Amino acid sequence: MTGRVRDLSRRAIVLVLLLVATGIFTLPFLWSLSISFQPAGDVFRWPIELIPDEVTLQNYRRLWTEIPFARWLLNSSGVALAVTLANLFLDALAGYAFARLRFPGRNLLFALLLATLMVPAHVTLVPKFMLLNALGLVNTYTALIAPAMVQVVGIFLMKQFFESIPRQLEEAARIDGCNRFQVFWRVVLPASRPALAALGIYTFQGNWNEFLWPLVVTTTSDRFTLPVGLAMFRYEFRVEWTMLMAGAVLIALPTLLIFLVFQRLFIQGIATSGLKG
Amino acid sequence: MPNSRRSGTTERYREAVSAYFFLLPSLVVLSLFVFGPLVFILAVAFFDWNLFRPEQHFLGAANFVELAGDELFFTALRNTAVYALGVVPIQTLLALLLALAVNQNIPARGFFRAAFYIPAITSSVVTSIIFLWIYSKPGLLNYVLSWFGIVGPDWIGSPKYALGAIMALNVWSTSGYFMVAFLAGLQAIPVSLYEAARIDGASSWGRFRHVTVPGLKPTLFFVVTLGIIGTFQVFDQIYMMSAGGPVNATTTLSYFIYISAFRYFRFGYAAAAAVVLFAIILLVTRVQQKIARPEAP
Repeated sequence: MTGRVRDLSRRAIVLVLLLVATGIFTLPFLWSLSISFQPAGDVFRWPIELIPDEVTLQNYRRLWTEIPFARWLLNSSGVALAVTLANLFLDALAGYAFARLRFPGRNLLFALLLATLMVPAHVTLVPKFMLLNALGLVNTYTALIAPAMVQVVGIFLMKQFFESIPRQLEEAARIDGCNRFQVFWRVVLPASRPALAALGIYTFQGNWNEFLWPLVVTTTSDRFTLPVGLAMFRYEFRVEWTMLMAGAVLIALPTLLIFLVFQRLFIQGIATSGLKG
Repeated sequence: MPNSRRSGTTERYREAVSAYFFLLPSLVVLSLFVFGPLVFILAVAFFDWNLFRPEQHFLGAANFVELAGDELFFTALRNTAVYALGVVPIQTLLALLLALAVNQNIPARGFFRAAFYIPAITSSVVTSIIFLWIYSKPGLLNYVLSWFGIVGPDWIGSPKYALGAIMALNVWSTSGYFMVAFLAGLQAIPVSLYEAARIDGASSWGRFRHVTVPGLKPTLFFVVTLGIIGTFQVFDQIYMMSAGGPVNATTTLSYFIYISAFRYFRFGYAAAAAVVLFAIILLVTRVQQKIARPEAP
């Protein structure tokens, strides 16, 4: 009996702590949402009213009329979509070779790829920039897209997945006369929707949030992605909190929606890419 | 089948050829943007390389010698070390605690898990802006502190607190990500181990100590390795919030590399600093592997 009481009270304490943690992790977002609907002016009035006295869409309107927010949105969406499609195809293609085909140098090559996971972005940043500069590609969409078209994590994720599906279908297709690419394209890819969805979401979200590379490789406002554009807006003018928060909300919204809809895939993605080595 | 041996070798040959075709695009991209740069940076580090000049001068080790005497470089090294030593243990512990809590038999587990994960999927630019507001002199943090009669500083404007404030933001934004890693680790521990321990009369603390902790060792290794690499690369928040200031209090190695290359256009010097950064990361992760490598199954 006392054991049960103790167990219940322990669970109650855990629950209260979790609720406090939930507040710490999510309230900052709710406040920024609230500020984004306030009229421009003092954003430091306490206590905070989560629902402002006067609700206005003015900040969102100004994003469209006073700064090239729409252009940045278009750039971000286009780049992230192109990068995602490229990764879905190329990572799967390479992952399939590692999972199913035998060739000399396979283990060495795979070890080499895995080793690159230890390389921080800042180490390759300077030479990557110099290469694109030498090719005359700085401040182009090519510069934003090309270096991100393949990810080692993606190759790894797809390889793990392909190894987990049965070979029978592929063997049957081979007997029917398909070549290896046809087997990959017509049989393997359609059977890999869950893994492709996880990879696609992971890639889109990562590229959408990417900051360092677009920051160094774009030089004019018409090539900025959303995070770079908003960062420049923060530094170019005096800090306009309500407008900054409206921009922040719009950048966060797509990744948040994708996460809420596809939660399970996110969690699986981490579990497989990170842990089952 | 008289020809089986020959057709076996051509089949092997064909398989290898298609494998290389499958790998070709990935290898081209990775060679151009990862492997090539890794080799090239070693060369650039020995030059006085400036993009605005037609020819570059070979310097030998001069960039490294200059780094060794550059006070800002040592400030950056120190800040990076403080950053990593502060953030990695705290975020790892917090992630573990959150995972243990969410893994209990409590209502709305999925809700909590999602709530803690949201900062991790949000753009660093967004979280930086929100925390700039929280940390500003008339901001939320100081309002909360005022309940306790504390008059807080302008957190990001103070050389004493700026780095710590950004570290706290980092813990807040990445703990949820590592919590998910720990959750996967927890769920991979076989229930039978817990039952065996219970039959042996182990207390709940004993079960945690002798089943959970050893079972989580591979996850811990993964979380700490990624944590180290991540903290050594911290850049976005520094760029957004403090631009390395005030008085270089938040200049980290990655920020130092960035300004050397893209503000002062000293690509050779930035490359030398990047080589040092890479060497440090390799060294630290190697030491960590020696201490905590999970036994290969």
